[in-house]
Amino acid sequence: MKILPLIISAAVTTGLVVTLNTKLLLPAPLGKLLSPQHGIWQNAENATADFKMDLSFPQLDGAVDVYLDDRLVPHVFAEEENDVYFVQGYLHAKFRLWQMELQTHAAAGRASEIIGNKALAHDREFRRLGMGYAAEISLKEMENDPATKASCDAYTAGVNAWISSLTESQLPIEYKLIGYTPEPWSNLKTALFLKYMSYDLAAHDDDIEMTNAKSYFSPVDFDLLYPSKQDSLDPIIPKGTVYPAPKVIVQAPATADSVYLQNKGLLVVMQEEKPDKENGSNNWVAAGSKTKSGSPILCNDPHLGLNLPSLWFEMQLSTPTFNAYGATFPGAPSVIIGFNDSCAWGVTNGGRDVRDYYEIKFKDDSRTEYWFDSSWKKTEFRIETIKVKDSANYVDTVAYTVFGPVMYDKSFSGNRVVNNKYYAVRWKAHDPSKELLAFNMLNHAKNYSDYLAAVTNMHTPGQNFAFAAKNGDIAMRTQGDWPAKWKGQGDFIMPGTDSSYMWQGMIPQDENPFQYNPERGFVSSANQKPADTSYPYYLGRDYPPYRGFIINRKLSAMNGITPKDMMAMQASNYDVFAEMARPIFLKNVNEAALDAGEKKYLEILKTWDLNNELNATGPTVFSVLWESFESSVFDDDFKKAPAVIQHPFESSLLDGILRDSSYKFLDNIETPQKETLADDVTTAFKSAAAKLKTVEVEGRLPWAAYKATRVNHLTKLEPFSRLNLPVGGGTHCINATKENHGPSWRMIVSLTAQTEAYGVYPGGQSGNPGSRFYDNFIDQWAAGKYYALWMMKKGEENDNRIKWKMSFSKS
Amino acid sequence: MKFIVSIVLMALLSVAACLYFPWWTIAIVAFIVASLIPQSPGKSFLAGFIALLLLWGSLSWYISNNNNHLLAHKVSMIILKTDSPYLLIMSTALIGALVAGFAALSGSYLRRK
Repeated sequence: MKILPLIISAAVTTGLVVTLNTKLLLPAPLGKLLSPQHGIWQNAENATADFKMDLSFPQLDGAVDVYLDDRLVPHVFAEEENDVYFVQGYLHAKFRLWQMELQTHAAAGRASEIIGNKALAHDREFRRLGMGYAAEISLKEMENDPATKASCDAYTAGVNAWISSLTESQLPIEYKLIGYTPEPWSNLKTALFLKYMSYDLAAHDDDIEMTNAKSYFSPVDFDLLYPSKQDSLDPIIPKGTVYPAPKVIVQAPATADSVYLQNKGLLVVMQEEKPDKENGSNNWVAAGSKTKSGSPILCNDPHLGLNLPSLWFEMQLSTPTFNAYGATFPGAPSVIIGFNDSCAWGVTNGGRDVRDYYEIKFKDDSRTEYWFDSSWKKTEFRIETIKVKDSANYVDTVAYTVFGPVMYDKSFSGNRVVNNKYYAVRWKAHDPSKELLAFNMLNHAKNYSDYLAAVTNMHTPGQNFAFAAKNGDIAMRTQGDWPAKWKGQGDFIMPGTDSSYMWQGMIPQDENPFQYNPERGFVSSANQKPADTSYPYYLGRDYPPYRGFIINRKLSAMNGITPKDMMAMQASNYDVFAEMARPIFLKNVNEAALDAGEKKYLEILKTWDLNNELNATGPTVFSVLWESFESSVFDDDFKKAPAVIQHPFESSLLDGILRDSSYKFLDNIETPQKETLADDVTTAFKSAAAKLKTVEVEGRLPWAAYKATRVNHLTKLEPFSRLNLPVGGGTHCINATKENHGPSWRMIVSLTAQTEAYGVYPGGQSGNPGSRFYDNFIDQWAAGKYYALWMMKKGEENDNRIKWKMSFSKS
Repeated sequence: MKFIVSIVLMALLSVAACLYFPWWTIAIVAFIVASLIPQSPGKSFLAGFIALLLLWGSLSWYISNNNNHLLAHKVSMIILKTDSPYLLIMSTALIGALVAGFAALSGSYLRRK
């Protein structure tokens, strides 16, 4: 034995192994990652991979057969209803486990456990909003309903059956790259996932920004900048609908004017993480009277953040009690948007303001007592222990009041100066909600009354539910459990020292605006205001009007509609906002003041056909010009305003100048002379032209290049994402595809005797970046094309669309 | 002959060990084989190096080729910051080779007088 050489070479070997197995010296444990039998190579799915499986589980009551078609869509046939949820959970986990866990960790404020300190602000934000608190309440409600509990229990067991069978080599690649392993699933995680959807869809608020806007501007200016009326509004439930007298009478507090609406206190608050304001969607149904076949056609395209793996997973669930097809949520049982043998349904976001803030007066810094209704009331504390990767735990003690958790205080303000005040958040998602029961019942629904009984269980996030049935019925219901508010309630931060500013009640379910077989032969929604001013409850002010306007204009004019017409409509890139705004620019721009280079862009704008097509340059010119115009109108007025302030909506400015060509804010308050609309338009045109020149030099004048639509992997790792997709459309088009946001699932269902359905989503069925099924739908989606959705029947097992069979049996 | 036998044994036993144990058992395999089949330190090192260079190189190439290098394109950009499946395959082979080479070298010193 040669001692010294042995020691040296053994040390080198050990050093190599340790280095390659950890992140001590390398950014990643390269040995572990690249080992062909353990690491990333194991995720490189064979291009001819066989998904055939024979499995047995004691949790099953009967046999379940799964037929995977050529797009990897599972058609699940179960003998017992709950078995279908077990297999749904198993398949969700098999194809999408990593995203399911990531999203529920993010929802629970546990992202720091995985990615460390940089997620701490997110985790504190979510915990202070009460996401975990809300999920626990939701779980209790879910488990109180026997059907929901049984489906969740089976679903959870299915997910865990997959997780417990996982070996190191089978871990999704993201676990290997980040370096952690999955934990067991639970019903609480399903509740957390649903709260994540509530966060995405029903947590938007501008209360802090609006409070500052109200405090900074005079009441007259405020009403001009933030009007609650929109001239181009064509509400979901048409104008002129007569509503019965409200059953809940709300009363503004006596002090509302003095201490609330006219209060001038400015806030300095950190810009919080906010869900995308444009989380909108389109849905509509054409009645049989307007279609070629004589049967209704239902269309839906929910607009959400575009991510890989996709939020959606396509499935057919078939049991003796129901047979449904559509988009499912990895993380929850049932079909969420889809159709069954009798009817179809689809949703858009309700978008009402259900998140309000109250200023709390604590006795002292200990926060143990707060002033409420003339006495000191005891605070409850929820201790949030946040585990942080590679760091010590972070403990956040959150005070809970009668309103809800105190979200903002001096301990949570990010890295900005904040006042010493305390703000509690009242969020509707803290209340019990039965959204899973709503979807479960929709999967079973046979007719309009089943649909109605199903959707009224949907409290938060409130959704506009479109419905069509084979018997010809169509309907639209602006469904949710909405607080009945007095005018202006919750637009700004409210006083929290007594009960007078609290929500006084919920709008009764039978007073939610709806339409059932309307004479006009169609129903539609696109996140616009649900009703006009004749609706007796306050609806807030923040709704996008333009998509709804163009959808209704198109549907009114259409007859003899086919599914193909509906495809063209969902992919429509016509910009109705530009149709309204362009004439103002063309009429007011001072052409004599433009040089040749600038005139070139004017020419592009003039000759543009108002379609945001991918190679058109008109939409880029218009988009840059509108931004410059907003700047030239408002920059001077907002120069001295607080940093966190609401900026006027596009519709407010457009309506303002259409109504009054000497709109007050056109004048630049920093100059002695009075600017006119022509001055502002010309200034905007010149600054837009300068910007456009740069854009053109970069080769990004064509719209798709300028917009650069992308579908991000949830880690934002570029090689796992799809960048610079050739997609037209935009915010105000029916094809509302923006940079990283847009139609996340397009579906068209014609309810003829033999259902004819089409669908597509920007992703693929497999969550594995090493699978050919990872992003294979994206090009089809980008091109505005669809796949035929196949509701498979028993007896079609030998159809050539079926590629693999998975058999599940009871053991 | 010893040289060839060592290479074959190290490769086969590494595949078997990695079915059940962590990746670094390739080091243990190379160490044991080198200590049981005495060779000069240089030859032992080379045997371990070549065994795993070939094994990990061919395994990763085989998997990646069946995958049309779909994943290797993406992962090479993440790990190596360059889009090259073959560079990723070579890196894989080299990592296995170095670990097994040094482990075999240690094994040979254990037996050497």
